Amino acid sequence: MKKKMIAMLLAGGQGSRLGVLTAKVAKPAVAFGGKYRIIDFPLSNCVNSGVDTVGVLTQYQPLRLNSHIGTGLPWDLDKRDGGVTVLPPYEKSEDSEWYTGTANAIYQNLEYMEQHHPEYVLILSGDHIYKMDYEEMLECHQRNGADATIASMPVPWEEASRFGIVVTDENRKITAFEEKPANPRSNLASMGIYIFNWEILREALISLKDVQGCDFGKHIIPYCFEKTNNLYTYEFNGYWKDVGTLSSYWEANMGLVDLVPEFNLYEEFWKIYTREAALPPLYMASGARAERSIIGEGSSIYGTVIHSVLGPNVLVEEGAVIQDSIVMSGVKIGKNARVEKAIIADNTAVGENAVLGQGNYAESKLDPRVYCSDLVTVDENSSIPAGVSVGKNTAISGCTELEDYPNGRLEDGGYIVKAGEMG
Amino acid sequence: MKALGIILAGGNGRRMRELSNKRAVAAMPVAGSYRAIDFVLSNMTNSQIGKVAVITQYSSRSLNEHLSSSKWWDFGRKQGGLFVFNPTITPQNNEWYRGTADALAQNLNFLRDSHEPYVVIAPGDGVYKVDYNKVIEYHMQKEADITVVCKKLPAGTDVSRFGVVELDEDMRITGFEEKPVISELNTVSCGIYIIRRRLLISLLEQCEEMEWFDFVRDVLMRQRKAKRIYAYNLKGYWANIATVDAFYQCNMDFLKPEVRQEFFYGFPEIYTKVDDNPPAKFNPGSFVENSLVASGTIINGTIKDSVIFKKVFVGGNCHIRNCIILNDVSIGDGVALENCIVESRTKIMAGTQIKGEEGAVRIVTH
Repeated sequence: MKKKMIAMLLAGGQGSRLGVLTAKVAKPAVAFGGKYRIIDFPLSNCVNSGVDTVGVLTQYQPLRLNSHIGTGLPWDLDKRDGGVTVLPPYEKSEDSEWYTGTANAIYQNLEYMEQHHPEYVLILSGDHIYKMDYEEMLECHQRNGADATIASMPVPWEEASRFGIVVTDENRKITAFEEKPANPRSNLASMGIYIFNWEILREALISLKDVQGCDFGKHIIPYCFEKTNNLYTYEFNGYWKDVGTLSSYWEANMGLVDLVPEFNLYEEFWKIYTREAALPPLYMASGARAERSIIGEGSSIYGTVIHSVLGPNVLVEEGAVIQDSIVMSGVKIGKNARVEKAIIADNTAVGENAVLGQGNYAESKLDPRVYCSDLVTVDENSSIPAGVSVGKNTAISGCTELEDYPNGRLEDGGYIVKAGEMG
Repeated sequence: MKALGIILAGGNGRRMRELSNKRAVAAMPVAGSYRAIDFVLSNMTNSQIGKVAVITQYSSRSLNEHLSSSKWWDFGRKQGGLFVFNPTITPQNNEWYRGTADALAQNLNFLRDSHEPYVVIAPGDGVYKVDYNKVIEYHMQKEADITVVCKKLPAGTDVSRFGVVELDEDMRITGFEEKPVISELNTVSCGIYIIRRRLLISLLEQCEEMEWFDFVRDVLMRQRKAKRIYAYNLKGYWANIATVDAFYQCNMDFLKPEVRQEFFYGFPEIYTKVDDNPPAKFNPGSFVENSLVASGTIINGTIKDSVIFKKVFVGGNCHIRNCIILNDVSIGDGVALENCIVESRTKIMAGTQIKGEEGAVRIVTH
């Protein structure tokens, strides 16, 4: 069957700046906003935009992603024609290789795209939080008679030098690209979302197939630009957040609990879908307290939750206090524990009377590039023993025990990374 | 596939007062996230019963909407499936279902065309958790013709809205009283029956011929001496939500830890339609104690001892106590509600005060 537009969703990246959160899962599979995973946003955007054929390119730690996507049922992508297809790298009769770059990954799946005979191909990445109507972008692309359209959004001028900037004429036709320019001529930053005419993309991918680490931003777009000089930009003015670092991830989550959040999940229009079990409602016990927070289904709150995002099936025991934190599904916070400015990944247990996030900022001994805020970051399936104290800007992974904490304390900037999972 | 399931969900809910204007009893909302029929559907799928017929008649729109997809309970399989039987006009028949036995008899072909040896018949309004395989095992072990799942209620309970059974020491049912005004007995029928498919077909054929319409009166009571009818004692929680008080009480029961433990956190799970709501949101000034809060809800006020269903909005300075707020309700600022059931999609204006009494809850509709 012929498809007008199919989407190729790049979900193979590790997202190494999320530290222990992406030690065992790919970034698109990291939880967001309590019940969602980052990939739910582009996937939901696809179905809401009428794009019903989506190839998801996976490579790094795909297990969680694979089981999350499954048959695509939560997004109505379990279709007879099209639907969602997971596309991992595969062995070929010659030249088998991993996906070496974004465009290389797409090139290796030319056959998948060809079988759908698309007119247009939409290239997405699985690591941004936004709601966007790709159909509107396609209309813009068609109206301009463009060969490729790049979605861009205005950023503050003083920040423009941190982005890939597109310079356009008055008709939004692209006249130049500037990668992290010192003196930007425009403040439109590329969002890494592209629509290509299929023939143009196909030709570019084949011509550049031998380029090592072939990348859209570095190779394909400049190639098309030089060849056809017929590239346009689609200006997007909605909410769009890159959650590539621990602090941007934390901030984007915390934005959801504002009284009137900038990114509103409660609108009936443009729903975000995710794979979810049918869970019971959450229970707030006598003496429990929750303010400026969102809490997932199936959770039981006996303690206090302030300015935090809690996933489904979280247990907060009596006397425990959680503040300014992100707590993912299945986490247990023991009696009288105090959790402040922490990100705690799925199914982790925090022991009774443990104190997280107490102290002052100190440079990380693990990786100062990744850990550079006040946050305590705890990996999934980990455990923190009762009564210990954990400083700021710390990382914990694995089943830690009392002897891992000298004097019952993990110092500011410290880390404990242990192999093995909670029994 | 040892058994097929038939769910009787056609009852009119006159005793549910205004709440049944919109829906059949089987579609009554329970425990924040569920509908009454989810319990029997989940019990069946958890008992590996893959072929289930739901017989509906009265006000079935809301129920049909809930059953719009069988995938939530995992019934959408090539072998088996979820079937919904509304009354239908055929060359042979132009009657509504005139009773439970008639409803079954009008769908005899479903039974004839199946091959499962046993049939589990259950009402759509029971809240309980049971493995029907255990009941079938018991049925075989007792060499029973019909097994009736029963619940022993505490002595002195008012049983006037139930069928009451009299048992011998082997658990065989020797007497059956339907809705007695006064009774010495306190073991009641849960309306769940296990019977061999072939025997059910022949009993229903007899009913058809004799123009008997009621399963309890015309099958169980008439056959009580001719057939070996046994009672299976249900151990766990059981509620039948056929009246407003029972509905209110059943929802409030879910605030008890042991009831939540049994249904929410114990294996196997209860399934329901997935609604894709965002998580519940607690704004500044919210204060919620001993309450259940379903997804998609936004809370700004004070709530105590209540059950809040999906997508409810509670304004600031509200005081809600001992209430059941059904889905999609919007409550303005400064509202006080006590001992109320608020019908779904109701909008309550700011400043409204409504108080029911304990034991006489108010139903709040538009």
